[in-house]
Amino acid sequence: MSELLTSIQLNGRLHPIQPGQTLTDLIAALALTGKRIAVERNGEIVPRAHHAATVLTAGDRIEIVIAVGGG
Amino acid sequence: MKKDTLNIGKREFSSRLLVGTGKYRDFDQTRDAVEASGSEIITVAIRRTNIGQEPGQPSLLDVLPPDRYTLLPNTAGCYTADDAVRTLRLARELLDGHNLVKLEVLGDADTLFPDMVQTLAAAETLVRDGFDVMVYCSDDPIMAKRLEEVGCVAVMPLASLIGSGMGILNPWNLRLIIDNARVPVIVDAGVGTASDAAIAMELGCDGVLMNTAIAKAQNPVLMASAMKKGVEAGREAFLAGRMPRKLYSAAPSSPTGGLING
Repeated sequence: MSELLTSIQLNGRLHPIQPGQTLTDLIAALALTGKRIAVERNGEIVPRAHHAATVLTAGDRIEIVIAVGGG
Repeated sequence: MKKDTLNIGKREFSSRLLVGTGKYRDFDQTRDAVEASGSEIITVAIRRTNIGQEPGQPSLLDVLPPDRYTLLPNTAGCYTADDAVRTLRLARELLDGHNLVKLEVLGDADTLFPDMVQTLAAAETLVRDGFDVMVYCSDDPIMAKRLEEVGCVAVMPLASLIGSGMGILNPWNLRLIIDNARVPVIVDAGVGTASDAAIAMELGCDGVLMNTAIAKAQNPVLMASAMKKGVEAGREAFLAGRMPRKLYSAAPSSPTGGLING
């Protein structure tokens, strides 16, 4: 199996996923549960309420962002 | 006297100073400077979270809670309309549907001058998508009007380049923008010190947005306080209406009669 079939692009980098892994699982694995974050999947916002029902697919482009200092 | 407020869309503010949160030494200094500035509207940037960073690290929104300040997420660093729109949709999700945003689409990495074609395109998309858009723009009166016409709630022309501290370089263009605008005009970028902020307000600007002038002062917290006063002084001077300039027409302030040598 090629790496692409078992990985997503997470914030621009390859990241391995488990079969059936949801966005909620991923966020927990990254220790980001309860943090103020926002998630985009393949260019579309995934609202917080949909994280648990969103099953990751190989090749997904996931962006997880936070607020930082800026002008 | 009627309370003098800054009205942006349906929101009302008493402070006319808006500040950024970048370039500070740490979050403590950020919080202290923001407090000293008296600002109610605080800009933040949206960035990828560091994957694998230590959990429990403090975050900016811990020191600047969204229930206390009106956060203004920006699109700093975006060079296309698409990137800017995506960034602000993420920001809206991040801030529980909060729709007041600062749009900026840059055109050049050296000067950080805005790309007004991309900016206008992004503004149209965002307004259609329900955002209240405050837009960073060049000091071009025609572009400022176009941005207002597509529905931006505030236009924010530069006074000079971002982070330059060069002050108000073209007061005449700013005046043209102000005189034609039906939405608030907020000078965004270029202010270096308190007198620059006062000059912007004396011209009739509705507010001033700044970051570097405070964050990169020798004493940022003291400069934040100075900027608060500069904006307030300039606003009062504008409302008071300055005396006419009278070159070669000196008029003494003391009585001309009754002199002891008369």
